[in-house]
Amino acid sequence: MSQSKDAQLPHRSFAWRVFHFLGSMEFAITMLITLAIASVIGTVLQQNQPYPDYVIKFGPYWFEVFEALGLYDVYSALWFLAILTLLVVSTTVCVIRHTPSMFKDMFNLRTNVQHKSLRSMHHHAHWHQPGTLSDNTNLIRDRLASQGFRTRITEKGDERLVSAMRGGMNRLGYILTHVAIIVICVGGLMDSNLPLKIAEWQGRLEIETRNLPLSQIPKESRLAVGPQAFRGSVSIPEGRAASVAYLPMRDGYLVQNLPFTIEVKEFRIEHYPTGQPKSFESDLVIYDTDLEKPLEQTIAVNHPLIHKGYAIYQASFGDGGSELTINAWPLFAGQSEPAELETKVFETRQMLWGDREMQLEVTGFRPFNINPDPTEDDPKNVRNFGPSIQFKLRRETGEALEFENYMYPVERDGRDFLLSGVRGSPSEEFAYLYLPADEHGTVEGFIQFLHALHDDDSVAEVAAEMKDETLVSLQSEQDSVLGDSLQRTLETLMAMFVRGGFDEVRDFIEQSLPEAERETLAPAYLAMLREMLGRIYFNSLDLGAEATVSEAQLLFLQDAIDAVGTLPRYGSPVYLSLVDYNHIESTGLQIARSPGKNVVYLGCAFLIAGVFLLFYLPQRRFWAWLSRDGEQTRIDLAGMTNRNPREFDDYFEKIHSQLHSSERNSAAD
Amino acid sequence: MFLGSKHATAHYETNMSTQLSTLDSDKTSLTAWIWRLLMALSAVGLIAFYSDILDGYEVSIIILTAIGMAWLGQGWPGYRWHTVAVAVFSLIAVSIYGSELGRADTSFWLNYLLASQSAFMWMSALFVMATVTYFGGLIFHSEFTEKVASFLTWAATTMGMIGLMVRWRESYLLGADIGHIPVSNLYEVFILFAVVTALLYLFYERRYQTRSLGGFVLLVISAAVAFQLWYTFDRQAHEIEPLVPALQSYWMKIHVPANFIGYGAFAMAAMIGVAYLLVDRQTGKASVSRWVQKMPSLALMDDLMYKTIALGFAFFTLATILGALWAAEAWGGYWSWDPKETWALIVWLNYAAWLHMRMTKGWHGGPMAWWAIVGLFVTLFAFLGVNMFLSGLHSYGTL
Ligand code: HEM
Repeated sequence: MSQSKDAQLPHRSFAWRVFHFLGSMEFAITMLITLAIASVIGTVLQQNQPYPDYVIKFGPYWFEVFEALGLYDVYSALWFLAILTLLVVSTTVCVIRHTPSMFKDMFNLRTNVQHKSLRSMHHHAHWHQPGTLSDNTNLIRDRLASQGFRTRITEKGDERLVSAMRGGMNRLGYILTHVAIIVICVGGLMDSNLPLKIAEWQGRLEIETRNLPLSQIPKESRLAVGPQAFRGSVSIPEGRAASVAYLPMRDGYLVQNLPFTIEVKEFRIEHYPTGQPKSFESDLVIYDTDLEKPLEQTIAVNHPLIHKGYAIYQASFGDGGSELTINAWPLFAGQSEPAELETKVFETRQMLWGDREMQLEVTGFRPFNINPDPTEDDPKNVRNFGPSIQFKLRRETGEALEFENYMYPVERDGRDFLLSGVRGSPSEEFAYLYLPADEHGTVEGFIQFLHALHDDDSVAEVAAEMKDETLVSLQSEQDSVLGDSLQRTLETLMAMFVRGGFDEVRDFIEQSLPEAERETLAPAYLAMLREMLGRIYFNSLDLGAEATVSEAQLLFLQDAIDAVGTLPRYGSPVYLSLVDYNHIESTGLQIARSPGKNVVYLGCAFLIAGVFLLFYLPQRRFWAWLSRDGEQTRIDLAGMTNRNPREFDDYFEKIHSQLHSSERNSAAD
Repeated sequence: MFLGSKHATAHYETNMSTQLSTLDSDKTSLTAWIWRLLMALSAVGLIAFYSDILDGYEVSIIILTAIGMAWLGQGWPGYRWHTVAVAVFSLIAVSIYGSELGRADTSFWLNYLLASQSAFMWMSALFVMATVTYFGGLIFHSEFTEKVASFLTWAATTMGMIGLMVRWRESYLLGADIGHIPVSNLYEVFILFAVVTALLYLFYERRYQTRSLGGFVLLVISAAVAFQLWYTFDRQAHEIEPLVPALQSYWMKIHVPANFIGYGAFAMAAMIGVAYLLVDRQTGKASVSRWVQKMPSLALMDDLMYKTIALGFAFFTLATILGALWAAEAWGGYWSWDPKETWALIVWLNYAAWLHMRMTKGWHGGPMAWWAIVGLFVTLFAFLGVNMFLSGLHSYGTL
């Protein structure tokens, strides 16, 4: 191929050699493989993540090295675009060099072959036939034409040559395939964010990395309405409107103005019984001064709206700032009434609970939760746990705990509990606090109990009562030293329990009791503690003298004690219970403008047509050389193909026998 | 000047008889016409029967499928029988089901043969048996054994296809809004892969009378089947799951099958590559193993490797483009450099390089066979690895 030419003509200009190098097969294959390998990088390293995540992953040194290499957004890194460009250049050179000869090959019937060369072809045959030269020539021409060949008769002195070809479009396949690569890449370039990068280098644009309200985003981060391509997203709560899209750029974003306003009238979502989303859609209204009246349309996944070349897709959904009424039940001493609080999802506010100051960040609300709830019959059973809120409590030090509280009690082992999940970081599983629900299904009963435990007077009262009973049973009512010590021990036990749960009580027993007595005293201490807890609870029930405690109340007591015992690890001074909500959803729209799309699609059409033509339309040529041999006509037939030589064996035989067949009419049909 | 490089492929033995499908005799042409008519009627019937739930795209898909099948079957009796068997047994299964999914456990025929789960078990067993039988025929030089192996492969393919059809129906029995074509998750596409690869192989087997390659190609199918079985038992993966909104599109019906013609063809090329290398190691030696004597010529295998990669490349190109069109509708952009997309590009570039190397540099034989095998691993990563190790928009088929 071209290499042999290079060898013959070594004294070409530099430009000529560069041109040939770029169009050489070696270079093309190298570029194909290089591009393939380079593409791997962006699939192994997650792209366009928040930069702090990369710092954590790689450490500050490698973070900067990788950033300089553009690895966080490989596919728009300069060096990656350079590889793509080289591939396109190589293909272009290749197409430029080969197209003329391809076209020639496509139409040229090769009427200038030599008689001799036909006989030396791999596929050839000859036979004699009666009839005149011109009759036979026409006959052969007609028969080849009836097989779909383009034919031409050339006079070679007093002999005749019939040249025939079919599948010339195979060569068009080459051109289409390779032009397609160029066209697709040009279209892709039209839709790329390269212009934005250039504007950024020139200092005309600045990527915004802060989380600002729209009105405060500076002009340098906003893009005017224009013909440029972009792909961004915006989240619009129901009943609200927007006329911008946010374009993610590396570790920040830009704001693209739209020439119209999108209002979201309603967002709807349907779920499968498993809780997975089945479909979601939004009713949109487009307000555009160019429109006679606002355009109303519903969009859904896979069914976008296209207006003025802007495509609006249903991409996601989320909370649009649902309004929540929350009761904050104190878990600390001195207060038993809840504080009511009105807030919204995504709202942040400072709270003072007891002596603790905390920032409450409401992060989410879910109107229902379909969670796995395996039963013996059905290990895949699911159950709706009802609405829940998600929030974070952040201390002054900046550390935050994340919570998930369910609105309604959830049944477990026949009893109802209010659930609150807590975790220190998103990578952990939630650990759940189970607060027993009272007969009204609220947390109030538990809080009353807890309050009584915090109340020194009622603890002292119960301790005194128990002390007296003990002294009576020991028949040493007068022993004030023993009495005081007992009273103090009981109060301390309770204080320790409320402060540090069973853990602290157990530590105390381990550390302060002499080892010899621990065996006997430890169970006694715990029994006393339980007795006290029980008495405080029953006192609060206001039972008449005769009434007995119900089974349910005993279970409640047990659960409440367990809950108090785990509270010290809960990490929040209050229990937030959702009282009421107004669910406001927001729809996540993806908005794109891609002027290069049709160019790309044209390229794709070329590519498909080209590849199938190349592979499945073999170019086949036949030549029949007719010469007079006495009364008869001698016919030399030769054929060749540019692919599938194996099939061509049979094909050649078929054509041969058809041309050969003596019945003149058989070819006509 | 481009034709020069073809000469390398041209020196094959001419005594190798290739029996091509010719429609010369009246009998075959009559059969072909009946077949075409049958396909046309099936298409019309389907469209009329389901007219109220089909949209224009789906109607076109049915018509194109019918045309494709008419074309495939016109010179290929095996495929005609296969199709008829699939249709008959699927219809039987559907009618036994009626509208009650529970019949899968109570009906003998469903329970032991036709319910999708049972059909897949039969398919798996038959594929493994076919693999062993092919190798048996190769080692003992038994034409008859090889024919049995071909038959087993046909039977396996038919059971697999029946299973897919029945599963399609079962998904609708679970709930009208759950129903979907069974090409939506890893479990389902594994079966598709086995069936498509087997059909491709059977096509070439008939065309080139190369039964001795069967064991090699079926080896990769058996591996897929083994993985599939593990997946079923370990993860309860066979359960029919409803579709996430992004997958609810007619694009899925064409994008996924086109992709799997690509994957299947690449897998077949790689296994021919393996056979090539094994035979190549022995050629020229004083005593060659018995099985090697029965293998097709190196030139034929080389040629077949090229043909399957070309076929795979063509359909993979089509599938990737269909994927881009779909992405433009579902994700808001025809190309997002999502890991699955990117790996499709990597696979595609790799085979483009392979084709150029062979076409214009005239590389042949061993190196190309090795490259085809490496290509399978790249393909495998695009098919499985991406779902297992990488995350992205395509996370429908996570393992
Ligand atoms: C992404 C880029 C490219 C793609 C997808 C592509 C695709 C193809 C395909 C599918 C074939 C047919 C192979 C066959 O028949 O087996 C082909 C052939 C060919 N390509 Fe490319 N190609 C690309 C780039 C290039 C470049 C850069 C060159 C120039 C050096 C080139 C030169 C050729 C030549 C000379 C042929 C042989 C045509 C023939 O004789 O039929 N290709 N290409």
